Amino acid sequence: MATKILTQYIDVPGIETFDVYRKQGGYTAVEKAIKTMTPEAIVEEVKKAGVRGRGGAGFPMGMKWSFLAKPEGVPRYLVCNADESEPGTFKDHYLMKNLPHLLIEGMIISSFALGANKSFIYVRGELMYVIRILEKAIAEAKAKGFLGKNILGSGYDLELIVQPGGGAYICGEETALLESLEGKRGNPRNKPPFPAVKGLYQCPTVVNNVESLATTSWIVNNGGDAYAAIGIGRSTGTKLISASGHINKPGVYEIDLGVPVEDFIYADEWCGGIRPGHKFKALVAGGSSVPILPANLALTLENGDKRLMTYESLSEGGFKTGTMLGSGGFIVFDETSCIVRNTWNFSRFYHHESCGQCSPCREGTGWMEKVLHRIEYGHGHQQDIDLLVDVASKIEGNTICPLGDAAAWPVASAIRHFRDEFQWHIDNPIEATQPGAVYRGEMALV
Amino acid sequence: MTTELNNPAVQFTPDRLTRAKEIIDWYPEGRQKSALLPLLHLLQEQEGWTSPEGMDYVARMLDIQPIEVYEVASFYTMYHLNPVGKHVIEYCRTGPCCLMGGEEVYTHLKQRLGVDTGQTTVDGQFTLKEVECLAACGMGPVFQIREKYYMHLTNEKVDEIIDELSK
Repeated sequence: MATKILTQYIDVPGIETFDVYRKQGGYTAVEKAIKTMTPEAIVEEVKKAGVRGRGGAGFPMGMKWSFLAKPEGVPRYLVCNADESEPGTFKDHYLMKNLPHLLIEGMIISSFALGANKSFIYVRGELMYVIRILEKAIAEAKAKGFLGKNILGSGYDLELIVQPGGGAYICGEETALLESLEGKRGNPRNKPPFPAVKGLYQCPTVVNNVESLATTSWIVNNGGDAYAAIGIGRSTGTKLISASGHINKPGVYEIDLGVPVEDFIYADEWCGGIRPGHKFKALVAGGSSVPILPANLALTLENGDKRLMTYESLSEGGFKTGTMLGSGGFIVFDETSCIVRNTWNFSRFYHHESCGQCSPCREGTGWMEKVLHRIEYGHGHQQDIDLLVDVASKIEGNTICPLGDAAAWPVASAIRHFRDEFQWHIDNPIEATQPGAVYRGEMALV
Repeated sequence: MTTELNNPAVQFTPDRLTRAKEIIDWYPEGRQKSALLPLLHLLQEQEGWTSPEGMDYVARMLDIQPIEVYEVASFYTMYHLNPVGKHVIEYCRTGPCCLMGGEEVYTHLKQRLGVDTGQTTVDGQFTLKEVECLAACGMGPVFQIREKYYMHLTNEKVDEIIDELSK
């Protein structure tokens, strides 16, 4: 049940060094890829594997690769998105810090497959200590002939550069990331053209998440079919889940896609259950952007079946009763959590992080934060709940990039499933603003 | 490179100047503006903050207009556009850390330092800033000082950290 594709050797002492990583079979995939495979064959294996973008959008990586334009005489770029900033998500941080060579190996294979000779890892600037780990690992790989000119005597050259960001959630959006990499403000670009045609420096570019790229060495070694055999349906392979909140064992777990949500929360292998003496109230399954679900809907589908940790099962029921796998930022709330306060907190985040380019997002996130703040602090108006739903609906779908949707969904879903709790705050402002006060009305705790 | 670059109000130390040139060389010909974010980090690492003089220096080094530097430095949250204390505490205020008691610990930290968000202690030792998610949600509450993450914070742990840094 627990295949370890990414984290198999994570506990081996010294695995962050080239020699130890190499001893565990590291870089054999680079040798295999560069010496025995054509770039097209690698793309084919990644397509067969069916890996879906692990940054949150879930777009098939092989398909993204196949869109890359290849005009003569124009450089192509591969950019790794290591701007991990989605609240609740810390798996790329964990992976890069502990297994820098796994990402570098994946970058070499992927760059070779795409025909890129200069590739970038864009890491959020706050993770400067991780940048130093990566730079050290790159220098080691270069000294051993796996990077630089004429890699393994193949005639293939690759330079790998780690670029720090400056602190901006929006740079996790791929076109904002490219703007930032060009030394500009992180304003997302209008699409089309897509990066595959005009990306970095207006050249064809592929942008992939850390975890997605890290899968490629296993895929090269074992084949795309073997990867696709793990998981369920179109949710192939394993996924790193960042588990936080009111659970016994917060941390990063690699799971086979398809584990029931209930098992993931309660099994000792993973979250180890809700902290002692408390009950499960709500779940944000895939990072702060995805709809929040009450405990019963998080565990069970409308038809009574168990909900599974797959792209399909988590979104089963649409936004009425479902959510999304997103980035795998799994935040668990027990009955002491105030949904109004958390929704206000997330709204403040999106308001702070909006780049300001599109007015529905720039203005709308500010309005949502303001209205939620006044409900939380005992000054809510009777019409505020409907006002929030209205503002959220006017942001959604009306912006250049998905930050607008990401800001609207948590608000709309919190009201959809916890409307009584918002109403209680408005009707009982004195009680609701006492320290530690939480709505204790009727709801399905598990 | 213009002659003013030889004698600006702020300039990189020789080591950092070598590093800055290395960074500029990472990028293709004519794309040296890409080095802007890394150079601003280098500047702040040296000066403690991102001063107007420093930004002008970086602009000249990259042969771009000063406004191109100001607009970038003001967009991103990591660049301190005002002088700061010796230690800048960047405290995560986002949901998952709050679930772990982040707000209570933050209240304690403010009381301990005697400052509010955005302020610097009278002795110039600490500046307190609130930041959004630092990608360490399973280890919350979390704050960062320069490159170091301090995790699983409690009131007692915060006191120990402040005591240690105040020595």
